[in-house]
Amino acid sequence: MFSFCADPKSLEGFSWLVCYLTSAKHVDFYWSFLTVLVLLAVTAPSALAFGFGGAMAARSPIAPLRWFGKTYTAMVRGVPDIVFFLFFVIALDQGIEWMKHQVVCPDWKEPIRQGLEFRVCPEAKVPSGSSAQIWHQLYGFALAVFTFAIVFGAFAANVLYGAMNAVPRAQLETAESYGMSQGQVFRRILVPQMWTYALPGLSNLWMILIKATPLLFLLGVKDIVYWARELGSAKTQAYAYPHPDWRLWYFIVLLIVYLCMTRGSEIILSRLTRRLSHGQATAAGEAMRRAAQ
Amino acid sequence: MKKMLLATTLLALSGGIAAAQTVRLGTEGAYPPFNFIDDAGNVAGYEREFGDEACKRAGLTCEWVTNDWDSIIPNLQSGNYDVIIAGMSITDERAKVVDFSENYFPPADSAYVGLTAEADIKGVVSAQVGTIQAGYVAESGATLLEFPTPDETVAAVRNGEAAAVFADKDFLAPYVKESNGELTFVGEPVSLGGGVGLAFRQSDDELREKFNAAIQAMKADGTVNKLIEKHFGPETKKF
Repeated sequence: MFSFCADPKSLEGFSWLVCYLTSAKHVDFYWSFLTVLVLLAVTAPSALAFGFGGAMAARSPIAPLRWFGKTYTAMVRGVPDIVFFLFFVIALDQGIEWMKHQVVCPDWKEPIRQGLEFRVCPEAKVPSGSSAQIWHQLYGFALAVFTFAIVFGAFAANVLYGAMNAVPRAQLETAESYGMSQGQVFRRILVPQMWTYALPGLSNLWMILIKATPLLFLLGVKDIVYWARELGSAKTQAYAYPHPDWRLWYFIVLLIVYLCMTRGSEIILSRLTRRLSHGQATAAGEAMRRAAQ
Repeated sequence: MKKMLLATTLLALSGGIAAAQTVRLGTEGAYPPFNFIDDAGNVAGYEREFGDEACKRAGLTCEWVTNDWDSIIPNLQSGNYDVIIAGMSITDERAKVVDFSENYFPPADSAYVGLTAEADIKGVVSAQVGTIQAGYVAESGATLLEFPTPDETVAAVRNGEAAAVFADKDFLAPYVKESNGELTFVGEPVSLGGGVGLAFRQSDDELREKFNAAIQAMKADGTVNKLIEKHFGPETKKF
C-alpha cells in the first residue's frame, strides 16, 4: 500500500506494523466487516418479511395456509441452527442444480447421484464452472442470506404471531363496529399496534442475529472470523510478514467489535421502544403518561 | 433498473458456458510451504507454482479456490471445484472415494516435533484431522488430539496442550528452524503414504489424464525438482 513497504523483511518496529496492518490480506480483513454488515442489512428485513408472512399464515382462516405457517415455525425452531445451516445450504444448492439440470439437460443419460458424488451436467452448474470466482462467492453469500432469513424468519413469525394476538380485542371490535372490513382492521389497527408488543422479542432476535453472523464462516463465506483466524495464526518465513501466534489479539478485536455492535443496537432499540410505547395502553405507555402529568 | 440488474446477473452466470471450460483448483491455503494465502491475499506456495505450470501445459484455464481441509473431499464430490491440490497424500483409503493423479511430490517423511528432544511421543500428540498422520498417531498408541488446521497443531505444542505434533516433515521444518530452539524434532522420521497427488472425482478420467500427462512432462524435464528445491530447500527428497 505504501511505497516503503516494498521489502517487508527489511522493516522494523513501527513501519513494519504499519505495513503489516495495511497488507492486501488485512485490507481483505477490513472489507469482511462490510460483508457482515451487508449480511445484517439484507437479512434483517428479509427475516422480518418471512416472519410477517409466517405469522399471517399461522393466523389465516384458511386451514392449509394455517398448517403451513405453524409447521414452518415449529420445524425451523425445533432444529439446531447449525444443523439447519449445514443441511439446508447443501440441500438448497443441490436442489437448484437438480432443477436446472432437468430443464437444461433433458437428454443426460448418466445418473446424477453416483455413489457419494452429485453430478449434474456442466451446463446446469450454478454458478457455471467457468464464471469468475466473484460469482461463486456472491452465490454462496446469497445462499447464506436466504438460510439466515428462513431461520430467523421462523423466530420472528412466532414473535409477530404473539404480538398480533396481544393487541386488545376491544380495539379490533371497535374498528369493526365502525364498519371496517377485515383487511382494513388488519392494516389500520392490528399492524400499527402490534409493534409495541413485538419489539422486545424482535430486538432480542436482532441481538441473536448479530451474534450468529460468525456462522457465515461455517458456510464458507470469508467473514471476519475466517480472516482473524487466518491472519492470527503463526507465520513462517514463507510469508512476507512472519510472526508468532497472534490469534488472541485478533479475537480480542472481534470481541470488542461485537460488543460495540450489540451495545449500539441496545441504545437504538431502547429509543425505539420509548417511541413506540408512547400513548399505548401498556405498562410502559402508562408509565410515560404518568411521568408527563 | 432491477430487471437490468437481474438480466446482467443471469447473463454473467450463464455467459461463461460457451467459453472454454475453467478448471477450478481447490486448496486449503493453510499449509506452507505447500499452499498458503500470501500477504497479498492470493494462494501461493509450491502447489501454486506447480499447479499453474501444469495447467499451462495441459492447455487449461485454472482458477484457485480455498476450502477447509475437513470438507475438501465432500466439496470436490459435490462439484464446488474440480481438482484437489492441497498436499494430499495418496492412500488406499482416499483412493476409494477419489481418483489420484501421479504424485507430484515424492513419498515424504513425517516427523514428531516437541519442546524437548525427550518429549513423550506416546503421550498426547496433535495432528490435523483427516490426515494420514492422524491415523498413524491413533494406531501408535498415543492419545490423538486433532485440530482442523495445521497451524493449530503446532500451536498446541507451544502452549503445552500436546507433548508433540506429528505432521509432514517439510511442513514442520520451517517452524522448527524459526523457533529459536523452542521447538525440536523428536525421534526418527517416519515414511508415510505414496507421495502427494492431485485428487479428482472418479467420473473425471479425462481431466485426470490431461494432468497426468503434464506431470509426467514436468518430471521428465526437471521442472518439478526445481520447484521442490525452490520451496522446500535443497535437503528435501526429490524425484
